[in-house]
Amino acid sequence: MSQFSRRKLIYTGLAAAAGVSGLGVAASLAQKYGLVPPDHGGLYGLGETLTYASQRLLTRHSFAREFSRSQISERPLPNEIAPLSEPFKRLQAGGFADWRLTVDGMVDRPGSFSLDQLKSYPSRSQITELSCEEGWTYIAEWIGVPLSHVLNLVGTHPQARYVVYFSIEPDWWESIDMADAMHPQTFLTYGMNGDVLPVGNGGPLRLRLPRQLGYKSVKFITHLTVTDSMKKFGKGLGSASPEGGYAWYAGI
Amino acid sequence: MTTPRHADLVRVTHWITTLCFFALLVSGMEIVISHPRFYWGETGNVLTTPLFKIPIPSSRSLVPTGYGYVMPDQNGWSRALHFQSAWIVVATGLLYVIWGLVTGHFRKALLPAKTDLSRRGIWTVIANHLHFKRPSDEEAWSYNVLQRLTYLFVIFILFPLVIWTGLAMSPAFVSAFPATVTLLGGRQTARTLHFFITLALTLFLLVHVALVALAGFRSRMRAMITGHPGTDTEGV
Repeated sequence: MSQFSRRKLIYTGLAAAAGVSGLGVAASLAQKYGLVPPDHGGLYGLGETLTYASQRLLTRHSFAREFSRSQISERPLPNEIAPLSEPFKRLQAGGFADWRLTVDGMVDRPGSFSLDQLKSYPSRSQITELSCEEGWTYIAEWIGVPLSHVLNLVGTHPQARYVVYFSIEPDWWESIDMADAMHPQTFLTYGMNGDVLPVGNGGPLRLRLPRQLGYKSVKFITHLTVTDSMKKFGKGLGSASPEGGYAWYAGI
Repeated sequence: MTTPRHADLVRVTHWITTLCFFALLVSGMEIVISHPRFYWGETGNVLTTPLFKIPIPSSRSLVPTGYGYVMPDQNGWSRALHFQSAWIVVATGLLYVIWGLVTGHFRKALLPAKTDLSRRGIWTVIANHLHFKRPSDEEAWSYNVLQRLTYLFVIFILFPLVIWTGLAMSPAFVSAFPATVTLLGGRQTARTLHFFITLALTLFLLVHVALVALAGFRSRMRAMITGHPGTDTEGV
C-alpha cells in the first residue's frame, strides 16, 4: 500500500468516525427536543425524521397563509369518504343535538362538550387553504374554537406531548404534537363560509390544522386524548396514517 | 498514479444523484396518478377547470378520467420515498456545489472560455453533433462548450427551480417562508412548474445518455465509475 493511499484511508476512517458520532449526538439531541416523529422507524424513517425535525424548528411560531374573502373557492370540494356509520346517521337524524366531544387523558378536568357549548366559546375564523396530499386544493373560511381554548379549559399536564383525536367513524384517528395542538390556527371547526360546516366537509365537527395536509384534518371528531407517548395507541406509530403507509407528520 | 478524468467527489455525487433522480421520478409519477390534472394559480380541484389533464387512469375515484376503473393507491410509499430521496439529493448537491466552488471545478471544468462562446465556436460543436461525429480521444478529457452550458443550466437553474417549486407545495414550509409560493403565483402554479421542470430534467437525462452512447458508452461509463476512460477503441 502506498503512502498516499494509506493516508487517504486514515482520513476516510476519521471522517467516517466523526460522521457516525456526529449522527449519534444529533439523534440524542433530536430526542431531547422532541424532534423525532412516532413513525421514525423503518426504511423511510430518516426522511420522515429530517422533515419533521426541520419543519418543527422552522415553523414553531409561523402562521399558515390567510387569504382574502374574494379568494374563497366557489365550491369547497367534499372529498370522497366511506359510507357513514349508523352511530353518525343516528346523531345526524337528531340534528347533531346529542353530538359530544369527550376530552380525557393527561388533563386535570376530563370532560364532555356539546356542540352548543363549543359554540359558546370565543369563535374564531380563518380563510385558509386545504391542501390534499393528492395535489388538489381549495380555500374556505373555517369557523370554530381554537383547540388551545378547550385544552386550557381541561388543563393539560406539563408532561403532555401529543393530542390524539378520533373520528366517530371507525379506524380514523390522528395525533399532533403540542406545538401544533396549541397553535392559534388549529381549530375545532363547526362552521364554513358563514354557515354550518357541511357533512361533506367534516361537519358537525372537524379538527382543522392548515399547516399540514388535508388528511390530518380529521372529520367528525368525537374524542380527544392528551398523552405523553404514542406507544399505547394502535401500532404505536402516531396515527392511523402510518399504519396505512402514510406519514404521521404531513407538513409537506 | 494519473489524475482521474472525473474527481472522486464528482463520480460519487453523480451516481448518488442518478439513483435519487430515478427514485424521485418514479415516486413523482405515482403521486401524479392520484390527481393527473394540472392548474394555474392558487387553487384547483375536480370542480375547477384544469390547465391540462394527462389522459391516464387515476388512483382515486374522485377524479373523472373517463376510464372505468381506479388504479391502486401508491401514494404512501411514493411520498415517503420522494421526500427521503429529496433530502439525500439536496445534501449531495450542496456538497458538490461547495466542493466545486472551493476547488474551482466550476471555473475550470464548466465555465466556457470566452473564445468558445462565439457564434462560430458554438456552431462548430452543433455541426459536429448533427454529423454524429465521434469526439477524439483528447476531447474525452474535457467538456465542449455545449456540454458546459448544458451542465451549468441543469446544476444552477433546473435543480434549484425543482427544489424551490417542491418546497412551495409544503404548507408548513410556506407558513415560515410565504414568498416561496407567492412569488410563483400560487400553490397550483408551483405544482405545475414542478411538473414542467421535471420534464426538462428528464429530457436532459435522455439526451445525456444518448450522447454518452454516441461518444463511446463503455469509455464514458468507465470514466464516471473508475475515473479512467481507458484506451481501447470501440465500435459505434
